[in-house]
Amino acid sequence: MKLEDLARQCGEWLRGSGPESDIVISSRIRLARNLADFPFIRQCNEGDRLAVEKSLKETIFGNDAWKDLAYVDVNTLAKVDRQFLVERQLISREHADSDGARAVAIDHQEKFSLMINEEDHLRVQVMHSGLALDSAWKRINEIDDSIEQNLTFAFHPRLGYLTACPTNVGTGMRVSVMLHLPALVITRQIEKVFRSLQKISLAVRGLYGEGSQAMGDFYQISNQITLGRSEQELLQQVNDVVPVLIDYERKAREFLIRESQKDLHDRVSRAFGILCTAQTISSEETMHLLSSVRMGINLGLIENLEIPMVNQLFIHTQPAHLQKLRGSELDTVDRNIERAHYLKNHLGKARKMDDDDAEKN
Amino acid sequence: MKCQRCEKPATFHITELASDTPDELHLCEEHARLYLTQTDEPEEAMASLAGSLAQQLKIGQTAEDLARLDQQSCPVCGITFYEFRHVGRLGCPHDYVCFEEELEPLIINIHGATTHTGKQPKSGDNCTDGRTELIRLRREMQVAIDQEDYELASQLRDQIQTLGEHDTST
Repeated sequence: MKLEDLARQCGEWLRGSGPESDIVISSRIRLARNLADFPFIRQCNEGDRLAVEKSLKETIFGNDAWKDLAYVDVNTLAKVDRQFLVERQLISREHADSDGARAVAIDHQEKFSLMINEEDHLRVQVMHSGLALDSAWKRINEIDDSIEQNLTFAFHPRLGYLTACPTNVGTGMRVSVMLHLPALVITRQIEKVFRSLQKISLAVRGLYGEGSQAMGDFYQISNQITLGRSEQELLQQVNDVVPVLIDYERKAREFLIRESQKDLHDRVSRAFGILCTAQTISSEETMHLLSSVRMGINLGLIENLEIPMVNQLFIHTQPAHLQKLRGSELDTVDRNIERAHYLKNHLGKARKMDDDDAEKN
Repeated sequence: MKCQRCEKPATFHITELASDTPDELHLCEEHARLYLTQTDEPEEAMASLAGSLAQQLKIGQTAEDLARLDQQSCPVCGITFYEFRHVGRLGCPHDYVCFEEELEPLIINIHGATTHTGKQPKSGDNCTDGRTELIRLRREMQVAIDQEDYELASQLRDQIQTLGEHDTST
């Protein structure tokens, strides 16, 4: 499998289906594991890193079910390709930016990836579309068991799975659900929601893990605690809180429709208009406008455009994706032009149909 | 050393590895917290860890205690407690054993708990500390090679092989 082929697909987490997929983009779980007989990454010399990679690679490809996983040597990968994998959430930014022997094995459907030599020797990640934590847990637990059959992970009788950072010790599990919450942002309730989540030790981050500024109104809710609660308890906490957030977002959308439908419709239509006609546009502005369009579709304010297409535009207009799709490296100025061109091409059809409808009316 | 942002003493020494060349920052507690929580891509782990450490340092420990603690090192991987405090990452699984007492308040601070209640390895091997012996032997072999003590290096290599074989046979 080539990265170019991946670029043209959409990937599991942007499939735009699954339970509650108008608001919940994806459910993701990751487990941090370390080999018992090697130092943690920080104390590894290059020989150790190579030995860890070899051992994990052999175990992975020793599994008949995983023979056709794509194995990418991240260490020798071009910068744009590493960025591309970050944009697709197949590797972390830390994994892309660090040095030394490291790799990732990727499932063709992009439902899971196995990062080797990230902050821990192994980071297993499973991503399912929509709100589907239970199926994601079932899958990642199987993957973990199957790898553990052939390797010994560092485990302490009292502290559980040992990790390079004490913030991950115990289960080594991070459960995270990505939500699209534009109405809570517009109605300025989002801060209040975050404060209440922090009180119950859940963390809130943006699309690519950045700080408080969330691109495109995407937010990831995840557990902060990994020790002292079982995997099921950690899942349950997130599973309990997400429906509440979905409910808040739906109520905020209803409120906007009820109290200021004209304004809302205007906002959505203008966003759509700019995306269809801009000659040059930044990634940030694109995300911001696509967010309005996405909500507009869910509220029936835009027709002839489907959620999966908007999800695809979110990812395909990211810097590295644009360059992979174009097949050449582009600087910021050229990327902004290429992005506008790409958006116009893909949204043009929907716009034309909208106009036709308007004429008929 | 003074904080780079004010007149207070710098108690946090942060090394940023985001760019090609590492950036070193020397900050007081307050500015370190600001810095760690305000960067574009905050290492959430790092921020909360540094925060917890800072809180701990306020409780109880005198400068001498801390200096003594900082010099302690792990017999397996060689990392000092000072290095851990400043990087926020441990050096090997044995650190959880040799720094157990020092890490406990930090772990309570982060997780509000001290005991894992989740998944256990299917193999039933719930204490893998014995295997860190291999880390120590490999490190000692490297030192022997660096010092051109090839006799010792070959003895250590034999020990590593014996232990390694034992591992695969279990």
